[in-house]
Amino acid sequence: MLTEEERREIKAEVQEFEQKHAACIGAMKIIQRYRGWVSDEAMKDICELLEMTPDELDGVATFYSLIFRKPVGKHVILICDSISCWIMGYEKILKYLKTKLGIELGETSADGKFTLLPIACFGACDTAPAMLIDNKIYGNLDEDKIDDILDKYR
Amino acid sequence: MELPLTKNIRPGEEPFNLKEYEKAGGYQASRKALRSMSPQEITGMIKDSKLRGRGGAGFPTGIKWSLVPVDEDVPRPKYLIANTDEMEPGTFKDRLLLEGDPHQLIEGMIISAFAVQADVAYIFIRLAYFLAAERLKKAIAEAYDNNYLGKNIFGSRYSLELRLHISAGRYICGEETALLNSLEGKRAIPRAKPPYATTVGLWGKPTVIDNAETLCNIPHIINHGADWFKGLSRSESDGGTKIFGVSGKVKKPGFWELPMGTTIREIIEEHAGGMQDGLKLRGIIPGGASTDFLVEEHLDMKIDFDSLQKAGSRMGTGTMIVLDNQTCPVGMVHNLEQFFSRESCGWCTPCREGLPWVEKILYDIENGRGHPEDIEILEEQTLLLGPGHTFCALAPGAMEPLESALKYFREDFEQHIREKRCPWR
Repeated sequence: MLTEEERREIKAEVQEFEQKHAACIGAMKIIQRYRGWVSDEAMKDICELLEMTPDELDGVATFYSLIFRKPVGKHVILICDSISCWIMGYEKILKYLKTKLGIELGETSADGKFTLLPIACFGACDTAPAMLIDNKIYGNLDEDKIDDILDKYR
Repeated sequence: MELPLTKNIRPGEEPFNLKEYEKAGGYQASRKALRSMSPQEITGMIKDSKLRGRGGAGFPTGIKWSLVPVDEDVPRPKYLIANTDEMEPGTFKDRLLLEGDPHQLIEGMIISAFAVQADVAYIFIRLAYFLAAERLKKAIAEAYDNNYLGKNIFGSRYSLELRLHISAGRYICGEETALLNSLEGKRAIPRAKPPYATTVGLWGKPTVIDNAETLCNIPHIINHGADWFKGLSRSESDGGTKIFGVSGKVKKPGFWELPMGTTIREIIEEHAGGMQDGLKLRGIIPGGASTDFLVEEHLDMKIDFDSLQKAGSRMGTGTMIVLDNQTCPVGMVHNLEQFFSRESCGWCTPCREGLPWVEKILYDIENGRGHPEDIEILEEQTLLLGPGHTFCALAPGAMEPLESALKYFREDFEQHIREKRCPWR
């Protein structure tokens, strides 16, 4: 069941476009903002509202890398693996993060706090290597800095 | 030196609000345009200014606008879209403009939308640009509150709705027809061209899609004229200034607004402070991941669309990535192809199958498992995935750094294969 807020926000999203279906990406992001990810049940609820079929909507959901169709941790770490960050030491940073969190890319830490995912360049090339945690950019990363940053989220 | 695009930007501080932006001369151009200029006059002025699209392709903006049908019986609403899905690896210029001066983009969009008589405008922004989106949202609300957006803007007969659309990832959304599908709530797969978006775009309606930096230039051209804009540039063929950027192992990575036609050497040595101590420059990718490598002999070239094309590369986004002599060129190309392979939309077979193959071969070479015949296979792929053989420009773009790396750094590829290891690891 969609909550009242979710339903209201999705309906507002519909107003932004000439056709209802166009609101589906926004709708999934609204759900994700409240629940962290988009479950099968939520997909069906969105479909009902936007007059789509679940297959149709899942075709869209699975195309976009930042729609999560599986549960994620409390915080999502998106580490940039594109060229400027690679030159500036991405591999070392990734190795450290994996060891520290005890997970591989695509996994969630045992305490449910962090999910670690790769992301394409997000324009922080002047402060590479960089990562995003939830909505915040962290640049000029090294091992000490990562320790400090992660402590803030624990 | 005049720096119109960045004159209001104060790094690390909040951007100008509407009042501050107006005090600095903002919204005069849009007022003038809507009250006293015809759409044809505006388009003519932009044509004369030699403004070329800043998203990478360099298509003349005024010419694009003049392709939009203006007859009374044209299907409505017509659309204008600001493409701010900046995701070309190594590129961070639009972020600077959006975070630093959101009203500049909004004003550029009001004028541009008026010039093509669009009814609705969208800013298509990538999800990772949280701060830019937040600041744009605030600026749009301010503009609506003052009736700079909405019905009868500045007391004219012109009305415009402006909406911010935040995307959900994938590089291909920056391809303008894939962007249209994404905005319609579909998988972001490119569309066949022709028809072009200017006649058959969003929901089949005439649509102009311009890069954010392109749109930010518009108010200044209206204020100061086409000749002034051409005079900002050091290039014959392109007008204006450009946001240039440098990343990689230079002393001061960053971005600067400089005259179009500034040389590569000046940008790297003066603005980026040269290479980090102990390192030498081996190559540069001049305009984002999908442009060909250039090497030391090209450093005195002017950066503009035509000059770099003559050198066998492209200006692209104007944000360069520097390869130093301690970084492995094979590893670098592998990283680039891994990106393109992952970001292929999967629609056409050469791109969907070819890019992962290329990526795998490069991975093997980099990890000491390459074969002598691999270089030939890679060279063949640069033809098979080249222009004209794929549905859109993603795979041909991916082949540009590979083809040029095989030309300039061939010995590095051969050494990896011969010694069965990466000499830099």
